Amino acid sequence: MAGPVLEMRSIIKTFPGVKALSDVTLTVRQGEVHAICGENGAGKSTLMKVLSGVHPHGSYEGDILFEGEISTFKDIRASEQHGIVIIHQELALVPYLSIAENIFLGNEHATRGLINWNETLRHASELLRRVGLNDHPETRVTDIGVGKQQLVEIAKALSKKVKLLILDEPTAALNDEDSGKLLDLILELKNQGITSIIISHKLNEIRKVADSVTILRDGQSIETLDVKAAETTEDRIISGMVGRDLDHRFPERTPYEGDVGAAPALEVRNWTVLHPIDQQRKVVDDVSINVKRGEIVGIAGLMGAGRTELAMSVFGRTYGRYTSGTVLRDGKEIRTKSVPEAVGHGIAYVTEDRKHYGLNLIDTINRNISLSALGKVSKRGVVDEHEERKVSEGFRKSMNIKAPTVFEPVGKLSGGNQQKVVLSKWIFAGPEVLILDEPTRGIDVGAKFEIYTVIDKLAAEGKAVVFISSELPELLGMCDRIYTMAAGRLTGEVPRAEATQEALMRQMTKDKEVSR
Amino acid sequence: MSTDVTAKTPAPAPPGKSGGSATDGGLLQLVLNGLRRNMRQYGMLIALGLIVALFAVWTDGDLLLPRNVSNLVLQNSYILILAIGMMLVIIAGHIDLSVGSLTAFVGAFAAVLTVQHDVPWPVAVVLCLLMGAVAGAVQGFFIAYGGIPSFIVTLAGMLIFRGLTEILLEGQTLGPFPDGLQKMGNGFLPATGPDTNYHNLTLLLGLALIVFAVLQEVRDRKRQQEFSLDVLPRNIFLLKLVSISAAILVVTMLLASYKGAPIILLILGVLVVGYGYVMRNAVFGRHIYAIGGNLPAAKLSGVRDKKVTFLVFVNMGALAALAGMAIAARLNAASPKAGLNYELEAIASAFIGGASMSGGVGTVLGAIIGGLVLGVLNNGMNLLSVGSDWQQVIKGLALLAAVGFDVWNKRKVGS
Repeated sequence: MAGPVLEMRSIIKTFPGVKALSDVTLTVRQGEVHAICGENGAGKSTLMKVLSGVHPHGSYEGDILFEGEISTFKDIRASEQHGIVIIHQELALVPYLSIAENIFLGNEHATRGLINWNETLRHASELLRRVGLNDHPETRVTDIGVGKQQLVEIAKALSKKVKLLILDEPTAALNDEDSGKLLDLILELKNQGITSIIISHKLNEIRKVADSVTILRDGQSIETLDVKAAETTEDRIISGMVGRDLDHRFPERTPYEGDVGAAPALEVRNWTVLHPIDQQRKVVDDVSINVKRGEIVGIAGLMGAGRTELAMSVFGRTYGRYTSGTVLRDGKEIRTKSVPEAVGHGIAYVTEDRKHYGLNLIDTINRNISLSALGKVSKRGVVDEHEERKVSEGFRKSMNIKAPTVFEPVGKLSGGNQQKVVLSKWIFAGPEVLILDEPTRGIDVGAKFEIYTVIDKLAAEGKAVVFISSELPELLGMCDRIYTMAAGRLTGEVPRAEATQEALMRQMTKDKEVSR
Repeated sequence: MSTDVTAKTPAPAPPGKSGGSATDGGLLQLVLNGLRRNMRQYGMLIALGLIVALFAVWTDGDLLLPRNVSNLVLQNSYILILAIGMMLVIIAGHIDLSVGSLTAFVGAFAAVLTVQHDVPWPVAVVLCLLMGAVAGAVQGFFIAYGGIPSFIVTLAGMLIFRGLTEILLEGQTLGPFPDGLQKMGNGFLPATGPDTNYHNLTLLLGLALIVFAVLQEVRDRKRQQEFSLDVLPRNIFLLKLVSISAAILVVTMLLASYKGAPIILLILGVLVVGYGYVMRNAVFGRHIYAIGGNLPAAKLSGVRDKKVTFLVFVNMGALAALAGMAIAARLNAASPKAGLNYELEAIASAFIGGASMSGGVGTVLGAIIGGLVLGVLNNGMNLLSVGSDWQQVIKGLALLAAVGFDVWNKRKVGS
């Protein structure tokens, strides 16, 4: 086999307060397809940003050797000039420009500022042929599907004389057919001598296209395996991805003593949701789950598994296009077509993205806490600020929100404290069912423990808790039962006693065999 | 500006015997902190004071003559009424370009009702307010439920209502209005009681206002103390009370030594207190701040965002109707060109008074302060016979300076 085209040696990248990459070494051979896999937050995207110059030379430690030379890219343009092109998960196309215009954006065929349209169109057609797209180059990008847009991105990369193509979860947004086509194209490009790095956590895809795979975990490169070797099974890759012990500590669960009730507190039956724009795609596909009083039920899944989409859709249809399914509370069917209806039935949803969907950052702690249940502190439409202050002071103390007063703007708090405000807000609303979406994302270990304690306490009081998380140890430490989802489908349900990280990861990476 | 503030503040703070534990440094720190937190509001209040002082000097005191103060109120009342509504719209994260045209349209409607069809004026007032609310409701419907950006809907409204005004009036000016309606625009409180060289009712009203304001402040302070929050040290608090009382007293005396308090000022006062209360204390007000501050978060918190947006525009329509009647009544005629550019003045008032382009921020009092800054600039420059050409240039610069200062200040604080 050919020698290495790319060597990344002992890369270390720190952000304020976080070490995103601690000692990553990656070697990619000329002409191969190299997969990188790892859990959410393992450092895959950061590594690719270091490579492509998004994080410029000097902002990280370690050396990057491309084609035998040490590279010092100061931005994306510099890395592109050397033939390294990255295609991000969120496509970077301008929707209302044509395919041809997008391909040559920033790199136009022009003389003295005037575009040569004939040359543009001719060259675009040629590139489109190479990626197997037969739409006219003057078609607007918004008029073609996501799958084809992905191909346009690759055509754009080819126009830049790409030598090393980096694809960040290229099939996450594609349906099976488009995924298959894309993977074929990657193999075809390989035949033309283009080296690719593909970030993916769909193991069947990796097995189909990749020659070798490097596993990242907690910002470190764990190992590089030869995919074609017989001993590299999916289980082998999975054990590399999870490999870590349960080193987090969790509070002791206090069991709920009360009446569990005949029917589960919340039951969702055959829930199906379509993507808000791409209506061909089922983001949530026939999912049924339930949670009893006093129970903490986890939902595990990787990015794009449809967990958040399920939760938001159940909570007042705030995501996507609902197509079918029913919600039952204590065995009775309820309507949750709007957020007030869902809240009225005692359901609360604590969002994954607290900055954008959870908090009004420019407003104060007390006003954020009271917002979802203002009725409780007001009479005849007038807020009793006295009462509001008392309530939020109570939460500030009991939740240990670190702020001098409740009149501090939420935007000034740390992530952990912001999360406590969001939780306070929903606890104040007095729900019976809480759906917590990544409640500990991006907060430090100490604050995590405090949040676990609160969740335990809620369950002990007889609330039903749905706990969505990407961190398997957290789910194993906290939940009574764990569901797994992959690509919008429910792929498993395990009681805590039987759950292991390996078993969960296997179900989380389960996908229908890629066609062909 | 900021150096001004820091240089000035120590002066009014008599050091020492506050009885509190605060040392001189601590005291200064406290005042500075308070100022910094409310930089925009205090900044604009100080700017307003400076502008008043400057023009008072330049005009040899003409600015503060009782007759002129009375005029100032009459001339600017409708902009201030519009600014209140506009502040709500902007806090909710929208904009309303149609209010200028809508004032003209409602003025014309009032004229058609009272002048051409002899409808009794109280009935006409109610019908006009309804008309404004309906106009606001139509626009609000398209914005809230139709999902069309407010800029577009109200730009359309601006054209439509201006056109409808000309259709209603057939391009002519229509008047005069019945007495009752005229009073609304340029009437004063009736004179009663013994002859004191002053307007008695106005004096009484001013005194009542002072008592009310002082009681309110004292109650607020007590409540804050109950919660062991930082309160102003006693002597600073007393100073604040004295300043508020003095300010009200001066305005009262000025008005009372001319014809008394204009009716429209009373209406405006009720609006300021009422809307201030709603925005601070009512669930509805909270919801406006919430949808402007972070719409997705408000939605996920169960705020009925569409209904709130709709009502904000209904309210804007009703206030525009009120302003429209006041203008028509003051000019004693409905004109096709009435209310031209008023939407821009109202928007400028809101932004000078601390609103944010992205929504979620602002107070009713801020809109009033912003409106007064523009009003005093207008009036003062008129007294100095500055041409309308330069007036516009100066007002434009004032808007730019106010918002620029705010942006700069925010960046410096680094939040």
